[in-house]
Amino acid sequence: MAIEWYLVLSALLFSVGFTGVLIRRNPVVVLLCLELMLSAGALALISFSRLHGDGDGQVFVLMVLVVAACEVVVGLGLVVAMFRRRIALDVDEMKELRG
Amino acid sequence: MNAASWGWLVLLFPLFGSLLIGSTYRVLPARTAGLVGIGAIAAAFFCGVAALISLQGEPAESRHVADSLWQYASVGGFEIDLGIYVDPLSVFMVLVVTGVSTMIHVYSYSYMKSDEGYHRFFSYLNFFVFSMLLLVLAGNYVLLIVGWAFVGFASYALISFWYRRETATKAGMKAFVINVVGDIGLVLAAILIFRELGVVDYEAVFEKAPEVFTTTNEWTAVAICLLLLVGAFAKSAQMPFHTWLADAMEGPTPVSALIHAATMVTAGVYLIGRSYPLFELAPAASDVAAIGGLVTLLVAGTIAIAVTDLKRIIAYSTMSQIGYMFVGVGIGAYSAGFFHLMTHAFFKALLFMAAGSVIAAMANMQNTDRMKGFYKAMPFTAAMLIIGALALSAFPFTSGWFSKDEILDFAAFRGGWYEVFVIGGYIGAFMTAIYSFRIIFRILPGPPCEEAQHLIDTGHVVHGEPVNPHTGEHEDTEVGYPGSEHHIAEQARGMKIGMSVLGFLALFGGLVQVPGVTEVITHFLEPTFEDSPLAAMHPSTSEAWKGLAKGGIISVAGIAFTWLLYIRRPDLPGMFRRRFKPVYTLCVNLWYGDQVIDFLIVRPFKALGRFADRAVEPFVVGGLTNGTIAVVRSAGDAVRDMQTGMLRGYAVLMLSGIVGIALYFLIRSI
Repeated sequence: MAIEWYLVLSALLFSVGFTGVLIRRNPVVVLLCLELMLSAGALALISFSRLHGDGDGQVFVLMVLVVAACEVVVGLGLVVAMFRRRIALDVDEMKELRG
Repeated sequence: MNAASWGWLVLLFPLFGSLLIGSTYRVLPARTAGLVGIGAIAAAFFCGVAALISLQGEPAESRHVADSLWQYASVGGFEIDLGIYVDPLSVFMVLVVTGVSTMIHVYSYSYMKSDEGYHRFFSYLNFFVFSMLLLVLAGNYVLLIVGWAFVGFASYALISFWYRRETATKAGMKAFVINVVGDIGLVLAAILIFRELGVVDYEAVFEKAPEVFTTTNEWTAVAICLLLLVGAFAKSAQMPFHTWLADAMEGPTPVSALIHAATMVTAGVYLIGRSYPLFELAPAASDVAAIGGLVTLLVAGTIAIAVTDLKRIIAYSTMSQIGYMFVGVGIGAYSAGFFHLMTHAFFKALLFMAAGSVIAAMANMQNTDRMKGFYKAMPFTAAMLIIGALALSAFPFTSGWFSKDEILDFAAFRGGWYEVFVIGGYIGAFMTAIYSFRIIFRILPGPPCEEAQHLIDTGHVVHGEPVNPHTGEHEDTEVGYPGSEHHIAEQARGMKIGMSVLGFLALFGGLVQVPGVTEVITHFLEPTFEDSPLAAMHPSTSEAWKGLAKGGIISVAGIAFTWLLYIRRPDLPGMFRRRFKPVYTLCVNLWYGDQVIDFLIVRPFKALGRFADRAVEPFVVGGLTNGTIAVVRSAGDAVRDMQTGMLRGYAVLMLSGIVGIALYFLIRSI
């Protein structure tokens, strides 16, 4: 089976995720889209791993999953903290780092 | 063991003594500290003797050992060893320094008895001797500078020993600053030597110098030697760097004896003697040294005749005698110069010690105007004072007679314009006789003064209120001041031992070098100066004796003249003072040396500082600082708008960046 289809699928997933990050303002959805992007990357890695016939790519994917899990924990923690403080769940409202 | 090993031991003992006393001052009993100090220097002296024996065992042409512990630095061809150089000259200096220092330590053991800073004193004293030994044993110019700077620091510490006395701390600073000026000269000289020759080791420098400094390159050698002379003049208190020496009398009297008679001030003479191959390549610089010495010996002589402070008279006589040594090494009479260095160390240390005893009896008063009749009150001190004065004024058959006149004989032997040194030297000798016997005739005979009478009547030293002898300010005897009790040689064994030994040497030390009979010093130093055409020249024995006779006559005439002035016709000195008032004012104000320096250096620099404060500081320094701030601030303003705080904006920027880079590499790969 040709690898191109997998890569195309991965690229599509990535684009969908990134578009979501760009256009959505709800932090939960932004986090979801980030996960989508990470999964796209993981898919590409697995495809290449298959292509080369060794396990390196799969090892990377496992690490990516771990990092993604951690990132979700932190991100969702932030969302919960915002919710508790009754801050509007809108990423555009949070621009205190403005120069 | 060879001579170099003994040389290392010479260095080790005083350093160890200094560290031991300095680090255990809380637990070590005071007297033990003193004994450790004496022992360390005495051990160094015996190691020096061992080095001497070991050297003399060698054939004359191989009587020099260079030895190195490890490499100190090695940078781009610049290699410095932590090395010493042991040859007759350095061994000679080691023996003079440690020998006289041992006696001074023994003297201090009693003299400083009631001082609160007893440990500190001995620690400094040992460190001082260590620095001086490092200076004379150093095997290259870099280590020489290290020793040189250590000596400067040690002198600062000792002059300011009574650190709560303001005049003392100021005198210490003055000595330090003037010495640092000399250090700069020395450092520049070393840099120039390295630039021209590529080496700093003595042996290598002296080997290469004659090839490099040929006639075309002569002026570089002159420049090097002049820079060396700046160092030598500053350390040896020659004009125009002489002003610190008299102020340095603020230190305790043994310090004066140590620093200003036996060790520190002779460093300049040693430097010239050690670098003689360079100086012989630059005769102009040698002449500068000799002329500087001549001027100093005359000026210092006139000052010594005018001032009345006992220690300062002796201090100026030191300057004057060092002037003779500079004349000696400047005109090429090396062994004579170093011979005078040795005898001078003996009789000058003796004079300072005797003066210390007198000052103690006067409860720290130093003005000779009030001292009278000490002949009766302190016969031993008086005898030592007379011996010292006889040797200083070159009375026939004392040590000073042989050494001083040997220098002048050599000047006469070289002839030509060197006759100037003979005439100047004899005038100086006449003044020497006057000022040394001026001390004797003023303070020894006559009816005893109050303090002397008290000593005769009760057998105790007067208990004066502790005051600063210069300002009359009241002082307590806590830390940092002279002790509550004073000690005189008659009642303190240590002082007596130290003075007796030096008194003996001052009288008979000259017999090692009697023209035509025993020429120990000349023969001993011969291997060091073997390459010098000047050292091979000698006035004939009959010439030398003729010179000695002349010197003796002048000395006796000077003493007789002084006797006439102060004993026979006591009204004459006052009359002279009135009649030659301008000359007297000039001399008693030390030829306005301080004022000249103040006018020429201190004030212009202060004015420059004020000008810089007003004109340079606000515009240049302030402008640079404020300009930097403005640049950073405007750059920040320019890029500030990029920081929107919009998370999604950052994401877009990041994506376009990554895409841009990816595209770039894609296009390049096609």
